[in-house]
Parts: sequence; C-alpha cells; structure tokens
Amino acid sequence: MAIATSFATGSLAGEYDITVDRITLETGDFSKTGIGYNGSSTPTVLRFKEGEEVTINVTNNLDEDTSIHWHGLILPYQQDGVPGISYEGIKSGETFTYRFPIVQSGTYWFHSHSGFQEPDGAYGAIVIEPKEREPFRFNREYVVQLTDAHPHSGDRIMRNLKLMPDYYNRQQRTLLDFLDDSRDRGLASALDDRSAWGEMRMMPTDVEDLQGFTPLINGMGPSQNWTGLFEPGERIRLRFINSSAMTYFDIRIPGLQMTVVQADGNNVQPVTVDELRIAVAETYDVIVRPTEDRAYTVFAESMGRTAFARGTLAPRSGMEAEVPDLREPPLLTMADMGMAHGEHGSMDQGAMGQGAMDHGSNQPTHTMPDSRVMQGMNHGTMDHSAMGHGTMGQSSGQPTHIMSDGSVMQGMDHGTMAAAPADPFYAPGSGLTPQAADGGKFLSYADLKAQKPLYEHRDATREIELRLTGNMERYIWSINGVKFSDAEPIRLQYGERVRFKFVNETMMTHPMHLHGMWSILDVGQGKWNPIKHVVSVAPGTTVFMETEVDAPGQWAFHCHLSYHADSGMFRKVVVEGGPVGKSADLDTTSNHATGG
Amino acid sequence: MRRNILVTAALVPALLWTVPASAEPLIYGLQVEQAERRFDDGSDLYAWDFDALVGTDELKVVWRSEAEYLTEGKQFETLENQLRLQKPISTFFDAVVGVRLDTPRGEDRAYGVVGVKGLAPQWFEIDADLYVGETSFVRIEAEYEGLITNRIILTPSVELDTPLGDDAELGVGAFAPKLELGARLSYDLLDRAVSPYIGAHYERRFGETADLARAEGEARDNLFFVVGTKMLF
Ligand SMILES: [Cu+2]
Repeated sequence: MAIATSFATGSLAGEYDITVDRITLETGDFSKTGIGYNGSSTPTVLRFKEGEEVTINVTNNLDEDTSIHWHGLILPYQQDGVPGISYEGIKSGETFTYRFPIVQSGTYWFHSHSGFQEPDGAYGAIVIEPKEREPFRFNREYVVQLTDAHPHSGDRIMRNLKLMPDYYNRQQRTLLDFLDDSRDRGLASALDDRSAWGEMRMMPTDVEDLQGFTPLINGMGPSQNWTGLFEPGERIRLRFINSSAMTYFDIRIPGLQMTVVQADGNNVQPVTVDELRIAVAETYDVIVRPTEDRAYTVFAESMGRTAFARGTLAPRSGMEAEVPDLREPPLLTMADMGMAHGEHGSMDQGAMGQGAMDHGSNQPTHTMPDSRVMQGMNHGTMDHSAMGHGTMGQSSGQPTHIMSDGSVMQGMDHGTMAAAPADPFYAPGSGLTPQAADGGKFLSYADLKAQKPLYEHRDATREIELRLTGNMERYIWSINGVKFSDAEPIRLQYGERVRFKFVNETMMTHPMHLHGMWSILDVGQGKWNPIKHVVSVAPGTTVFMETEVDAPGQWAFHCHLSYHADSGMFRKVVVEGGPVGKSADLDTTSNHATGG
Repeated sequence: MRRNILVTAALVPALLWTVPASAEPLIYGLQVEQAERRFDDGSDLYAWDFDALVGTDELKVVWRSEAEYLTEGKQFETLENQLRLQKPISTFFDAVVGVRLDTPRGEDRAYGVVGVKGLAPQWFEIDADLYVGETSFVRIEAEYEGLITNRIILTPSVELDTPLGDDAELGVGAFAPKLELGARLSYDLLDRAVSPYIGAHYERRFGETADLARAEGEARDNLFFVVGTKMLF
C-alpha cells in the first residue's frame, strides 16, 4: 500500500479509539450538556510519536453528524476531517477510521469541525514526541488547554448574534462612562469621542463578541483550580493550547518568567517573557522553573478582560496562590479602525518600530490633528520608542497632538516613560496593544524566530491579498467582502510559494488558520520566520504569511473564531497538481464510514 | 499536465459532496419592542409592537404587529398586521416591501408598504414607511437605546404618522399627523430575552386629525404611564 511505501518508518504504528459523546460540563459557575470525547469533560490527550502511522477509530455516539479535525497536523487532505471539504463527516452511530502518518512533533489539538460542537466542548489535545532530541530540557510537562465554556449552546449564540450583534457585549460605553469622561477631559472632548464612534456606528468596546463565558483549563473552571504539581527547581514544560471558540487570552504566572520554546508546534529560538497573548487555536510551549516551595497561579485573562482562566502550579495538591484581579478592559481606538494614522500597511520586514502609545483604559483622549479622537494615551507609562514617526510627532514637520483642553501637547516627561518597545503587530496607537502586567516583557510575534527553518527560503511566486472584512451590525464576516457561501475557492498550484497578504479592515482580531500546509509568518526574519498554523491579524494592520504549496487536495482556510467562520470568514482552498504518490493520494476508500 | 488531470480526477468525488462546510441556518426570532399596559385616568389599554422574523442575511420575512386594546370597551382601538420582506440595500439599511391589514373596531383597511429600516449614524434606529391605500400614510419612527449602565437602558422613541389625504372614517385629515413620544426605562433581567420596563407614552394629534378626535369625544393628547417588557427570543 501507499502507506507502507511512502514511509519507511512504518514499523511504528498505533491504534487509538475515540468516542464522541454527550457529556455534562461542570464549570463551577454553571453546568450544561455539552459534547466531549471518551465520555469525559476532561479533554482527551492523544500522544503520538513522530514517524508513527496512526489509526484512529472515531465512533459517533451523538444523534447528529460529527467530525474531527486534527488541528495543525500535516496529513493527506482526506484525513483532515472537514465535512464538505475533506469528507462527508461521520454520521450518527458510525465509526470513521482515520489513518495518517505523523510527520511532525510538538503540541497540537483536535476538535470537531461540525456546527458548533467545538464551542460546546468537542476538543482535545495532541502531544507528539519528536524523533530527535529536543533543543531544550524539562523535567515534567503539562498540557494547559484553555477554553471559553458558555452556558448557551453554539447554535443559540449564533442566532442571538444575528438578531442583535451586541447581544453578549456587556462592556459597552454607558452614560456613567460618559460622565466620567466629561469630568476627566471635558464635555466637548467626551462628546467628540462619542460622536466619532457614533458616526461610524461602531463601538470602542467591540473587543469580545462573546462574553459571559467561564474560561476552563483542562476542563476545569477557576474555582475548580486545575493544579499541576512540581518539585522546586524542576523545569516544567507547559503546553498552552487555546481551544476557545472566541477568546484570546493573556497568560502570565506571577512570580515566574516563561521561556517560549515552541509556537504552534514548531521550535522557536527561546525567548523569555513575563506574559504572552495566545490567539484562538494557537499553541505555545513554555518552560518555567519555579524554585520556591510555594504555589504559583497560572492566570489567563481574556483579551477583553471579561473573565479569566486560573490554574495552579504547586509542590503539593490543594495549595493556592493569590489570584490577580482582572485589569481594566481595553478600548479600541481610531487606529484600530485603520484611520488614525493613514497608511500603516507595511507590517512586513519589521519596519514598524513606531507602535503604540500605551493604552490603558479610562485614559485621557487625544484629539488628532485631523480632529479625530484618539483614546487612552497613557502619559504615565508612555512608550518612549513608540513616539514620533508620525504618531506623536514632536519633531519638526510632524503633526502635533492637540490635547482635549485645546492646548498643544508639550513637555512630556520622557524620563518616566517605559522603555518597552512597541509591538509592530498592532496598529500604531491601537487600544489592543498588550502590556505585561508589571511592566515586564510581553511576547510579540516579532520575537518569534524559527529554531530550524522547515523550508529552503525563497521568494514567493505569487501574492494573494485577503482583506478581512465584515459587517458587525448584521454579524456577517467575510473575506474580500464575500462570505463563504458566495465565494469561489482559492486555487493554488502545487509547487508554488504563495505570499498571503492579510489586510484587516475590521475592528476585531482574526486568527486565520490554513489547513494542511504551514503558514510561515513574516516577521521580517527571512528564513528564520516562524512556522505556524494560525496567524492572528490585529485590527488596522496588514500581516503577511507565506506557504509552500506542497499538499495536493482541498483544504479549509478560515478565521478560527467560531462565529466568524460560521458567518462567512471562511474559504475553501484547492491545491491543483502535485506528484502522484504524494501523501494526499493515499487510497482512503477503506476509510469511509462503516456502520458501527 | 497529466499529473494535474490525475489529481483532479481524484478530487472529483470530494467535489461532488454537497454538504457545505458551514451551512447557514435560517435566522429566526421574535423581537418585542413593546408589550405593555398603558395607564390613563379611566381609559387604560394594552399595547404591543413586535416583529417575528425568519430568513437569511439576504432576505427576511417579517410579521410586524402593532395593537392597542382598550380594557374598558374590550376592543381593539388599533390592530395592524404587516407581512414584510426585508432585504439589505446598504451596510446599515434594509429595504422593506409588504402588505398591511388593519382590523380594529370599525373600518378594515389594507395597504401596500414600501420603506426602509436600519441604523442611522449616532445609533438611531430608523423605520420609515410609506403605506399606500385608500388613504395613504407616511410613518417615520426613530428610537435610541441610551445605556445608563450595561443593563439599565433608557429608550426614547418618536413616531410620526402623517395621512396624505382626508379620511373621515379613520378620523384623519390630510397632513394632520399623529405624534407619539415615548421614554421607557428597562432592565435586562434575563440576558436580552426579558427586559421589563416602566415609562411614559405621550400621544398628540394635530390639525384636522385632532379636531376629528375631539368630535368623537377623545382628547387631542394623552399621557400614559406604562409598564411592560421588551422581549427577544
Ligand atoms: Cu474573525
């Protein structure tokens, strides 16, 4: 068979069984009927070895179709598990057998690609042991899988969002906020701000479409306190996986620094940070080394600061450490609308050193030279390196900022400004630019460099522009203004290297996920650009990624926010051509569902 | 090229599957703007105003119903039912066409409806309809949701209903409008599904329309205290 001939290491073979079941989800805040694997609300962890030939029997015990997609795995397209693209899904009562070689290592995950089963709980983790020794050491490891469990079912959430797009937004600007703003910076300025947003019928609080969820770590809510044990002095590898439907998390472990060693399953040159933001569907492996005989809180705040996941690393079970408070929710700025600074398209080549002034919330508002209002410049912690260059422009020829009181902004105290560099992956002046809780180092995409390039570096043969678009008011999300149901597939030719240009024209952050092939994120490092399966694109930015088109077949390509993907931010990718005998041509007729 | 053909042949079975990767289910819902009792000295009434809708992003069918039911006489003062088709025409606005049938006490009336509905700058919800019938009307409604907090919401509203001709049976005079002003203070009790409110509702008739009302023994204006609930399912 093709399997045996294609992979000399075929001696390694594992068989796995997974059942898909109705389960009860107990989050500590609420309990509901959900969907889980192997009858449990604790996510199943599959452990594979690189080079292994896996056989996975998935039995559908639901009364509806299901599917499993192996997120981030490079495999024949018929095994990718997307109904309507890879196969027809798994019918109720049937068993589908997946067979594919494991050609990579690292941390990944799997989830249902049917309806809203994934937000309802259908997810698990994949840990793949590498063939070769890893370039870092650790004494023990834990999967830390994050989710945003919601008391409403996925279908209900989608319908509510269609009926009322701000159904779940309980952090909108209120009269009380307006009064606060007027007191802080004057009525005229507060009114200007209101009317600028009102003119666009947009809200500076559109950070999280979905609120009201309870974040879980490995199936456990904050009060249930998932705990990983350690002995002081050990190096612990934490495999963070964001399996949320809609929620970005900012993760920190107060008292510990985290050394990031893998992103999306691929080794990166180690970078030590105090905090990192994990986009929906991303994975990050970090190593921490607690030396003290005490508990440490693993704290993951949602990006919109509406909820947090909490777990504990402790020398003995039952121990707890202090749980920090949620920080103030961020507010979007005109920069996130792609408006405040004109052209800001060139995110590539790391050319954007000027980024953001710090945006805490409830900060004074600056009226921009063009009379638009810019929110939340924090003078106290303003990032020195971020100033000037078209944003703060104190030097000659640059625009000057008019303060809310009408005066020109002068005499900024540079001495008190933080030295943290701005993150080039946010629009300069973005309200979403993250900052470490205690002023430490916050991971940026710009910090990610591949440990070992997977591909020979070469120039892209073609560029494809994908504008990320949407209509918030109708809750329609789209690419190039066209939603999935009306869109033609994206056609790629086997053997080409495609450069994707994402232009985010919306005010939300979109984690874009291409199935079946790697996404090489352009952070301006050439052949050291990191290899990922999810590329997060912040509002008002342009981000590039490149793909070696080396996997024939047809693949899904979509925003990984469940309700964005479902409402249209989704494409089918067809890879035409390719050598016969390549993995995608594996005979899979025997894999089609058999009654079970 | 030959390879292309082979791979394409291998793709054919997959391409024939018609299951969409993300099928768009029908959107449906019931949006009750008003379900209330209006209190006035001696002449209380019940009133409702709702849209029941089903459809897609591209086209919705809406049943819109508005009524006022007198508790004293146990009869409808107004009872309007519309069947409307609603289709997006811009980012924030839909076009509407439909029919309206009024079946209160007295004369029944049927109209054709054309209009627009959507969100104007500064967050004003706008409904503007032309009703074409024996006597035609223009009705413009505007509403604003003012957030006191994220759960306590003050919703001022205005509705101007202007007849384009005289109609003694309906008690209206050409270009003599009826104005309704409302202010409802609601609390989101259960998500957005149930939001009880209290408020005030004021109606005033102008010109010929007011004169005809007076001849019927009605006041030209009324101020009601209202208690009710918004609903969204
Ligand atoms: Cu999205």
